[in-house]
Amino acid sequence: MTDNKKPLPNEKPAVVPQGGVIDEMHLDDARRIKVLSPGMLVFKRFIRNSLAVVGFVILLFMFIFSFLGPVFSPYGQTQVFKGLGSMSKDYAGAIYNEELRYTVAEGESFGSAERAQFLLALGKNSTTFTYDDSIYYYVSESEDVYRILQLDPVAEVLRGIFKPLSGSVVPDALITAYQSAVDDGLDSFELDGIAYRITQSGKASQISTEHDVALGMLSVYDAYDESDSENIVSYDFKLASVRALAQKRSAFSVGSQTYSVKYTENQATIFDDAGEEYAEVSNIIVNPLDQSVFLTVDFKTAIREAINDLETKFTYTHEDGETVDYSIVRVNKTYNIKKETSTELISVFEAPSANHALGLDNNGMDVMTRLMFGGRVSLLVGFVVIFLEVFIGILIGGISGYFGGWVDTALMRLVDLFNSIPFYPMVLIFGSVMDTLEVQPMVRIFLLMAILGLLGWTGVARIVRGQILSLREQDFMVATEATGIRTSRRIFKHLVPNVMPLLIVYATAGLGGIIITEATLGFLGLGVKYPLASWGSIINVASEAYVMTNFWFMWIPAGMLILLTVLGFNFVGDGLRDAYDPKMKR
Amino acid sequence: MRNFILRRLFLGVFITFFGAMVIYTVIRSLPTSYVETIARERATNPLSTKTYQEWLDQLNAVYKLDVGIIPGFFGWVGNAIRGDFGESWHYGIPVTEKFNQVIWYSVIINIITFFVQFFISIPLGNLAARKQYSKTDYAITVFALMGISLPTFFLATILKYVFSIKLGWFDLYGLTGRFYTSMTPFQQVVDVGYHMILPIVTLTMLSIGGLMRYERTNMLEVLNSDYIRTARAKGVSEQVVINKHAFRNTLIPLVSYMSYLIPAMFSGALITETLFQIPGIGYVSYQAIIRGDIPFAMFYATLSILLTQVSLIVADIMYAVVDPRVRAN
Repeated sequence: MTDNKKPLPNEKPAVVPQGGVIDEMHLDDARRIKVLSPGMLVFKRFIRNSLAVVGFVILLFMFIFSFLGPVFSPYGQTQVFKGLGSMSKDYAGAIYNEELRYTVAEGESFGSAERAQFLLALGKNSTTFTYDDSIYYYVSESEDVYRILQLDPVAEVLRGIFKPLSGSVVPDALITAYQSAVDDGLDSFELDGIAYRITQSGKASQISTEHDVALGMLSVYDAYDESDSENIVSYDFKLASVRALAQKRSAFSVGSQTYSVKYTENQATIFDDAGEEYAEVSNIIVNPLDQSVFLTVDFKTAIREAINDLETKFTYTHEDGETVDYSIVRVNKTYNIKKETSTELISVFEAPSANHALGLDNNGMDVMTRLMFGGRVSLLVGFVVIFLEVFIGILIGGISGYFGGWVDTALMRLVDLFNSIPFYPMVLIFGSVMDTLEVQPMVRIFLLMAILGLLGWTGVARIVRGQILSLREQDFMVATEATGIRTSRRIFKHLVPNVMPLLIVYATAGLGGIIITEATLGFLGLGVKYPLASWGSIINVASEAYVMTNFWFMWIPAGMLILLTVLGFNFVGDGLRDAYDPKMKR
Repeated sequence: MRNFILRRLFLGVFITFFGAMVIYTVIRSLPTSYVETIARERATNPLSTKTYQEWLDQLNAVYKLDVGIIPGFFGWVGNAIRGDFGESWHYGIPVTEKFNQVIWYSVIINIITFFVQFFISIPLGNLAARKQYSKTDYAITVFALMGISLPTFFLATILKYVFSIKLGWFDLYGLTGRFYTSMTPFQQVVDVGYHMILPIVTLTMLSIGGLMRYERTNMLEVLNSDYIRTARAKGVSEQVVINKHAFRNTLIPLVSYMSYLIPAMFSGALITETLFQIPGIGYVSYQAIIRGDIPFAMFYATLSILLTQVSLIVADIMYAVVDPRVRAN
């Protein structure tokens, strides 16, 4: 564009022939053309400046990345990636049993009042307790297993006198047996196959027969076959099995049936005489959260094993062949068993992988692809804004400089006025207005360009005016006046092109500034909005400390792109300035 | 000279007046405002006996929003000249009081930044100029351009990431630590100073580049001038040439640079303060502006315009003071 202007006089042609003899030159001589082309000179000076070339390469890369990148990117700008994620749902609860559970013998009753009395007696360490005129007695079968018996008094002994309580006389045999038991320090004896127990109440002793009422224990029984449960909850079975378990016997029998026992840690499995699994004994209670769900014994066993092994996760294959992952969360003394059900979730903040070079963002979109599209927006905003600035600047500056006088004064005061308006407060106001009006993202970009352009043209106007003030005094302007060229043509065809080199330098350096401004607004959330991307709005998520701390790939690449692009524009701007006017080179 | 200053002062007042008018017009034209939000809040209060519209009318009357833009602006100017900028809607206290509360944080940060920046970039700029086209020069130029090219928010985020999160040396946000209230006055000062380190580093790194390049250009210009050649021809030692003859003359253009400190100091660093949540004038204004607090936004914008004009006038006068050649014209 500068071919016919500005011959740069102090640049020595590099092609002066050696030896001093200058050959005759023809008009089409290649050397002559070289000497005469200022554009070529600018270009040569430019490429000799290594920093400028580096800047140019950076910019070239950015343009390819932003404008060609999306074409080759396999993903779309707003394509959301979903993945199978697991959602855990509470499924069952388990707790170590700490409350005694009672098995009441057939035909007996052991209600909550009796239970309360029993617990009181247990607390006081007294072996008998009464409720409603009945006397109860308990025996500790093993740790935390209590057999509760009711006593039926037969006789009372007070100072050696036997008083019958049932029947009319106390049989002599009973007296003899009692005496021998007292002498031996025993509190029970047997006579004719009937067990008697001696209890003290005050100074009197009582002789009673006893019968089983209930069994209190911490263990829980689960039947493998639902039809066996009646037998399993029966008093006889429990008593026999508890005794066997307490002594870790490998077999016991109830009635005609014999059972074998296999022990694992904290629980036991009872097999019937056919070798089939019959019941499971444990001190962990497992209940489904939803009453309609039936938990199989096998599944309960799996949960118990996992809890005993302090596992937080286990896998169980249900009877229907479905394999499900469960996790166990402990809350105080209860364990919540959560079922991990897999659902389709948007994968957010996925780390970089082979498919997504820079991972996925907070909306499950590919960061790399968004960087490409964001680069388009950022670069386009930069170019449109600088074009707008230059356009308004040339118009105002050109008119102002050419006419001078009161026009100049008035326009320059306008420039001063625009220059004085504080930039960020104004842009922030417009940004929040667009927020409240909920402007479409696409419209928003255009409005943003317009605002940035309107607030930034004063610099260009000043440069153009200053240049034109000196240019209009030159001879070629006298010539345009003499030939009667239109005023508008004189300004925009003859004066302004002479300012162009300076403007190009200014615009190149200014582009960087605009990209920074746009990015800053994006970062503050007042610039380009979702679902469109710009480099600034991509970094916006880093204003949350959580994202900044954990997901470097969300903001460092975008920041580096901005930095490199602005650096590139500054390098090229510097290089262009030096190349256009070597005198300016400092 | 007196005529020049008078003309300059008149222009400053003129621009401040119309600049404030532009801003007032823009703010008044906002489609939604703080007043509506407040009116809605009060109307939904169960104890309220008035409707939303009644509240809105009442609030508009209180805040003088019921008159047109031009009368409203003149009303505002009338009060502002008397120093009455009204009560901030967002902060609920007079604007000037809030300003007095927060301004010193910004001033301190900016003064420290200025000195740090000055003592780093002036020597480096001089060095680059003296060794023009050397490796040192290129390194300094690239470094300076990097500083110019760094967006504030990116630099601040990186600094926070490295020093607050990875190294844990500083707090992420704020001006005071967690145990501020239980500290002795001396410890409180130290605590506040400690929290100012990252913002100051950010501001310094951002402004170093520009000043360094400016100083380099000035120094080159001076070094190429005739009196330096004369001094060298006289046989003055290089040390004296640089420090006495050259450096002192580079200070003249710096005067105009320094005058920009005035608006920077009192209008604060909006972005940096917001990023570090330093309750200086910049952050406080940001909060007020995005919430549509007209009195505060007007005050802040007018202050910026006024200070810019003052700095321009000061720069013009200072030029005349330090450079006799300017005085002659």
